[in-house]
Amino acid sequence: MAKIDAIVSWKKLNLGAAITEPGSARQFLTGDWRTQRPILNKEECIRCGRCWIYCPEAAYNEDEEGYFICDLNYCKGCGICAQECPVGAITMTLEET
Amino acid sequence: MMPAEEKAFKGLKARELPKEELFTQGHRACQGCGGALALRLVMKAVGNRVIVANATGCMEIISSAFPQTAWEVPWIHVAFENAAAVASGIESALKALMRKGRLKKEKIFVLAIAGDGGTADIGLQALSGALERGHDFVYVCIDNEAYMNTGIQRSSSTPFGARTTTSPAGKKSIGQVTWKKNVAEIAMAHHIPYVATVCPTYYQDMMNKVKKAITTPGPAYIHCLAPCPTGWRCSPNLTIEVGRLAVETGVFPLYEVTNGECKINYPHRRLKPVREYLQLQGRFRHLTDKYIEIIQERVKEEIAKLQALEKFSSFYKNALANF
Ligand SMILES: Cc1ncc(C[n+]2csc(CCOP(=O)(O)OP(=O)(O)O)c2C)c(N)n1
Ligand code: SF4
Repeated sequence: MAKIDAIVSWKKLNLGAAITEPGSARQFLTGDWRTQRPILNKEECIRCGRCWIYCPEAAYNEDEEGYFICDLNYCKGCGICAQECPVGAITMTLEET
Repeated sequence: MMPAEEKAFKGLKARELPKEELFTQGHRACQGCGGALALRLVMKAVGNRVIVANATGCMEIISSAFPQTAWEVPWIHVAFENAAAVASGIESALKALMRKGRLKKEKIFVLAIAGDGGTADIGLQALSGALERGHDFVYVCIDNEAYMNTGIQRSSSTPFGARTTTSPAGKKSIGQVTWKKNVAEIAMAHHIPYVATVCPTYYQDMMNKVKKAITTPGPAYIHCLAPCPTGWRCSPNLTIEVGRLAVETGVFPLYEVTNGECKINYPHRRLKPVREYLQLQGRFRHLTDKYIEIIQERVKEEIAKLQALEKFSSFYKNALANF
């Protein structure tokens, strides 16, 4: 996981400790919280995007063919996508070490 | 302020939901957090011309772990109690700066976000003040039904029978003994232009309501039920399902009140038994049939009241038209 320097000298802080880089949390990869990973079966997928819209991590991205692919850098493995997929195209499997 | 946009907006289509993520990946919410999903959907609906004031609570902590932020828009962390007051200040400052020509004249929305504790308890008077003064802003309450960020303490928005660390269940207690405070109804009593209840399970309904709220001139209040697997003691993959059952059982009906006219959006079929909603959650596991029956009766009563309000408001509108 990308190392982040959370300890900064106060001399380097912006006024009011303002954070000036929008969306910088993207540098923090939450994927290593995961104990289960979603596996998509493209043959069953109907590309409805339910997994994408229900993902609290915004981990799903649409590819060129219109399939929604989970970015495992961010997926925390909650399993909402597998639960909500209307055709059961996503299964959760245990993360092997 | 933008009646043209308000009129043109007919609702988002499922295929045309905005792709841009203004509440980004890498936030620190628990697995399956309903609140984080709610914020993501809210920001998709609002767009990037907005300034956000966020009260202390889960949603603030998880999105702004120093030195990073999950927000793509100007965002300010405010104290636990004053999201509405700060939002009022931002709105007034924008107005003054534009009037003095120090800022380009354009529409910048103002959004206040707070948890249920920050809304129903400590922030209630700031909220009431802001609604009463008529600032042009939207207040979104992310209601996870307890003070989750500090470790699941009860709030006045915790439902009857729920176990929290300060309303424990045991031999002499059934958990929370008071009924959930209805903040949406309190907001309605301020006669503001727009009040709505939403749940991220019904994402299209939710985004449409947020969009409507933000484009409505004057104050708007949105009450969002945000299932919290950690505090509700349910499996994180059931967040969406729990939200769905909350609506389908009538525990959390989705409705909107536009200029006093009430419309119930969901549930539109027969209510499911509340047991289906309660049994998914560990916080209600101790409840016996007797208490489940009490909750069922209360839900029926609340829904009946809401339906009466819906009938009354259309009746009243017709009467007014013929006056
Ligand atoms: C005046 C004040 N009292 C207490 C606290 C400690 N505190 C921080 S967050 C929080 C609970 C927030 O609960 P809620 O608003 O329901 O949001 P949630 O965490 O559930 O999303 C409390 C009590 C505080 N920050 N300020
Ligand atoms: S405690 Fe609940 S509301 Fe807070 S981040 Fe975790 S799941 Fe979300």
